[in-house]
Order: sequence, then C-alpha cells, then structure tokens
Amino acid sequence: MKTLFSGRRLVVLAAYLVIIVLAPLLSPKGYWVSLLCRIGITTVFALSFNMLLGQTGLLSFGHAVYFGLGAFATIHLLRAIQQHAWSFPITLLPLAGGMCGLLFGVALGYVTTRRAGTTFAMISLGIGEMVAASSLMFPAFFGGEGGVSGNRVTAPGWFGITYATPLQMYYLIAGWAFLCILAIYTLTDTPLGRMANAVRDNPERAEFVGFDPQWVRYLIVVLAGFFAGVAGGLAALNYEIVTAETLSAATSGIVIMMAFVGGIGHFAGPIIGAVLITVLQIVVAGMTEAWPFYFGLLFALLVLYAPGGIAGIVAEHKRLFDAGQLGRALHGYLLGLLPFTLCAAGAITLVEMAYALANTPDRRNAPLHIFGTTLNAGRPFGWVPPIAAVIVGALLLRAIARRTRGRDLVYTSLLQRQV
Amino acid sequence: MQFVVSSLLNGVAYGLLLFMLSSGLTLIFSMMSILNFAHAAFYMLGAYFAYQISATIGFWPGLVIAPLLVGFLGGLVERYGLRKAHRFGPVAELLFTFGLSFLAVEAVQLVWGKAAVDYRVPALLQGALFTFRGTSYPLYKAFMMAVSVGMLLALYAGLAFTRVGLIIQAALSRPEMVQALGHDVPRIFTLVFAGGTALAGLAGVIGGNALVTEPGMAESMGPIVFVVVVVGGLGSLGGAFVASLLIGILQTFMVGLDWSLIDVLRALHIETGAAPALTRLSLTQLAPIMPYLLMVVILIVRPRGLMGARET
Repeated sequence: MKTLFSGRRLVVLAAYLVIIVLAPLLSPKGYWVSLLCRIGITTVFALSFNMLLGQTGLLSFGHAVYFGLGAFATIHLLRAIQQHAWSFPITLLPLAGGMCGLLFGVALGYVTTRRAGTTFAMISLGIGEMVAASSLMFPAFFGGEGGVSGNRVTAPGWFGITYATPLQMYYLIAGWAFLCILAIYTLTDTPLGRMANAVRDNPERAEFVGFDPQWVRYLIVVLAGFFAGVAGGLAALNYEIVTAETLSAATSGIVIMMAFVGGIGHFAGPIIGAVLITVLQIVVAGMTEAWPFYFGLLFALLVLYAPGGIAGIVAEHKRLFDAGQLGRALHGYLLGLLPFTLCAAGAITLVEMAYALANTPDRRNAPLHIFGTTLNAGRPFGWVPPIAAVIVGALLLRAIARRTRGRDLVYTSLLQRQV
Repeated sequence: MQFVVSSLLNGVAYGLLLFMLSSGLTLIFSMMSILNFAHAAFYMLGAYFAYQISATIGFWPGLVIAPLLVGFLGGLVERYGLRKAHRFGPVAELLFTFGLSFLAVEAVQLVWGKAAVDYRVPALLQGALFTFRGTSYPLYKAFMMAVSVGMLLALYAGLAFTRVGLIIQAALSRPEMVQALGHDVPRIFTLVFAGGTALAGLAGVIGGNALVTEPGMAESMGPIVFVVVVVGGLGSLGGAFVASLLIGILQTFMVGLDWSLIDVLRALHIETGAAPALTRLSLTQLAPIMPYLLMVVILIVRPRGLMGARET
C-alpha cells in the first residue's frame, strides 16, 4: 500500500494547499470570497456523498438529512455559546455538526442499509422526506419557515480570531475542507475503503471473503454522515442562518448532480462538480431564469453520453493521448463543433422563447433578446428556425459520430465497469 | 360511526389511486429492473394534459386521450433514453429518470405556470352519491374507485388471458427464451414502459382534480409511491395492493383524528405537567410522515416487505 505522503500525491496535495491558500487573494471583491466559501462547503458535501455512490455504490436521494441536521445542531450550539450557556471554540464547532451527522448516520443508516441497490435509493428518499416533513412539525427546533439564525462573532477565539471578516471565515472553511478531503482520501486507501469498493463491485464475493456487506455499507453511511455534518456545520457558521430547505429533496438533488457531473469514478470528480455547479448556479442563474431546466438537460445528457462525468472525459482523453489517438479524436470534435453549436444555440433559443412566452401576459407579443438579436416568441413562425437548427444539428452530429466513432470516445469508467 | 365510514371510503379511494401508480412502477420494475424515478412526473403530466384537454374538448375525451399521450411519451423515453442508459447499468437508468423528473417539473412550470391550475371535476360527477347520517359521500370519489378497479381488472385480464399478456409474462421471467422464439423483446419492454406510464397518467387524470394539479404534485406523490412499493415488497403486485390500501386508509384516518399522546395520558389520569413538544403532536400532524414511519418499521421487522419474494 502506498502511503499518502509519497511522490506524486504529495505534489498534488501541496498544489491544492497552495491553491486554496492563495485563491481569495486573486480578487479583492466581496463576492469572490463568498463564492469560494460556498465552493469549500459544497466540496466537502459532494465528496461525502461520493463516499456512498462512487466508493460503495449506494445511490442516496436523502443525503441532505445529515448535512441539514449537522447545520441545525451547529447553529443551536452557536446560539447557546452566544447566550453564554455553554463554552466551546467556534473553530471546532463544525466538529459538532459532524458528530450530529454521525449520530444520525448510526440511527438512520441502520434502516437504510438493510437493503442495497435500487431499494437503498428508494429508502434513502423515504427517510429524507420523513426528516424534511418532520422539520415542519417541530418549529421550536427547526425554526419553522424563517429558520434559525445565530451570530458567529461572539467572543475572541484562539489567537484573537473572531471570524468577523469573510476572509477569516474562508480560511476556517478552507482548513476544514482540506482536513476532510485528506481524511476522505485516506479512507479510500484503508482496508475499509477497499472493502467498500469490493461491496460495490461484487457483494457476493465480498461476503465469501468474510465481510458482511451490510456492515460495510453501514460503516460507510455513518462516516459519510459525519463528513456531511461537518459540511452542514460549516454552512451554518458561514451563512449564520439555517432553514428547513437545507434538509429538503432539492439539497439532496443538487449534491447528486455535483458528484455526477464531476464524475463519480474519480476521487477528484465531485470536487470538479462542486466547483462547476456552484459557479454555474451563480453565473447562469444571473443570466437566465431557465437555469434549472439547463441543469436538468445537462445532467440527463451526461448520463446518456458521458456517465463518467467530466473527470471521466478527461481520463479518457488522457488514455487516447497516451495511445497516440488524440489527434483523430480532435479531428472528430473539430468536425462536430459547428453542428454542436447549431444544436445548442437552437435548443437555448427554444427554451428562452418558451420562458419569454410563459412570462408575458400577452401571448402574441413576447419579445426576447438573445444572441444579439431580438425575437418575438409570440409569432408561431419564429419557432421554425430554432427547431430546424436543433434537428439539422442533431442529424449532422449523429452522422459525424457514426463516421468517426467519436461517440464511443467518451463512454467511460465506473458505470460501464459495473455492467 | 359516520367518521369511520367516510374515512374508510375516502381511504380506499386514495389507496386505489396509490395502487394505480405503484402497480405501473412495480410492473416496470419487475420486468426491466428499472426503478422509474420519474413515475410521479408522468402522473403529474397526466393531470396537466387532462386539464388542458378538458378545458378545450371536455373531461371525457381527456380521460382516454391524456393517458395515451402520457404512455406515448413514456414509450419515447424508453426507446430513446433508457435503452441508451441501460448499457451503463441500473444506477445510470435511475439517474436518467431522476434527471427527467427534474426536467418534467420545469417544463410543466414553463407551460402552465408555477401556481395550481383550475382542473375541476366535471359537472356530471359533482354532488353527493349518498348521504349517511348527515355526511355526504362525493360522487366523484366513487367514480375514482370505479375507474381504478375497472382499469386494474382490465390490466389483470389483459396480462392473464390475452396473447400479448402471455408474451409479456414470459418475457418477464425468461427474456432470452422469448427472444429466441422470435418475439421482439426490446419492443415488449417499450410497450410495458409505455403501459406503466399510461397507468400513472390515468391516475393523474382522475387524481389531479380530486387532489390538486400543481407543479409540486409529483414531488409530493413520488416518495409515497416508493414507500408503497418498499412496504409491499419490491416487484410484488399483491404486496403493492395491500400496502396502497393500508397507507391510504391509515393516512385518511389519521388526518381526521387530532388525538395526541398528552390526551391519552390525561384520559388515563396521569399528571403531565410541562410535557415536551413531542407529546403534544396530534395524529393529524403526524399523518404526513406516517408512510415513512411505516416503512421504517417494516424494514426493521421484515426487510423484504410485506409480500416481497427475495432479499436483495
């Protein structure tokens, strides 16, 4: 077994450390640091989710439970500290969120891990809904509609750090995120991590070797609950407010998207996904209100054409490069660029026209500014060019894909191996 | 007494609606091993299509056309989406339908807006069927029951006695053999998926106006249908039937009873003093999480579900 601090791993680790330390210094603007804070939190959350899906083959539709409950535990402790009912360093408060996630992992994981595979997915959804619905029944703890808020600046902590500035908060998140990433990575190398992979790939064989698959799954769910709880604790400290939405199916859904878009077959995949989706959420949501639609579309297309996610696509191209085939693939992509642009532009125009039409009271006059021109979504003939663009683009893409077999280039890794 | 009768009848109507949804899900699952996460989205589409059709042509044509439309969409999804995802295994299929459910909700909001639409019970079916000691029972609930029972009997007859039904049953257990005998098994799969989603669509048509037709209806129904299938035992139609009725009736009764633990304690003359919030929760408040609690209990006591055949 290779140790963590050997050769290339050490270089990658050091590079990552340098990046997270220097990142906030790149731009003095306030939203840059708050964006980085969000990325740090979602990175830990997405990695803890991938301990289940990528490492153990457990698709959870209710991972927000541990994140949300960790956040609520942290915010309540913060309030207790604020009222001097209790004393605890703020720096270590995410640990409390983690412990809460761990405890709920112990309790709920016992139920969810009774079955694996698709049943696990259904049960995790049910448990997630149960906790989300319960949050409305106990307004004293969950704060009802308004949520629970606190104030992280209470007393000077260690070395006089009060976390009053966003930058101090960022370094707290970055520090915790770094520790969590290190811990989750180390875990993949431990016997437990290896057994989790074995249970994912072939539970019967794992059982023959003498390990109870249910027990391995249970342990992983508990540990993933811990890290999700830490992420929740960080979120509670960062936003200083926790609402019932942190427990909702939407939170569980977005973490699935992050992990999958980034690539569940590689350790770095969920990190890529967390960065990308968090940035997209802000950038695309600022540009168009149709962003959930684009996210859904991107996700469904990735499942069909590149189930390895972004990390899978990168790995596949590295393999092509090593085999000296990258030139051929690039040739195919170059050919496909124009039809792809045509198809995408047509699809985007269609979606935007639909939104413009839905948002105007007068159904015959729905002006829309897109790609430097103004269209009227209210005129039926206005719909013909974008529809034609999508169809022509898709047909051309298919023809090119058949000729160059470019379609097969991005079929990758984990999901394919499972078949 | 009248509370028991009306709750029982309402519960059965709701339970049958749940069964229409869970039977389609179970059929698809036991045949193709696909867990259709978007099943409730098809239910929602059924309700919206029926709303649109009843606003233009009328309710009765909608009762037939809307499920057919939903089934057609389901067939397209299977043929051009799931068949691709199938190569990457069950997780990819599940994730694909998860993405679809997301898209469906967005699309519905796009076309019909974020607020609930005014999908009403037709005038012919309004009013009471009978009045029992001052409580009237709506005619539409009876109509819902009739449609569900009729549909399910037709489904059973179709599967058990027709040639297509027999081939489907054979393809369910021995797809390779059926393929070898010259039947187009992938096409049968498409047919089953279309049929299952059409059932969900029909449930939407008759449930959309009894409950409410809004973009959130898929998200509120989906988890409960999954719970029904887990409680009944994965892949078991009989189990799904029992679980649907059980959850339908239990939930309807709980909504009507505002008993709480503290009431029980007081009735037994036990001094409570400052009781914690937990004891003040009434059954009405607990009703939304009852299906999930039932699922937890079943999973602990009997992990394979009420009538599930095998452990997985």
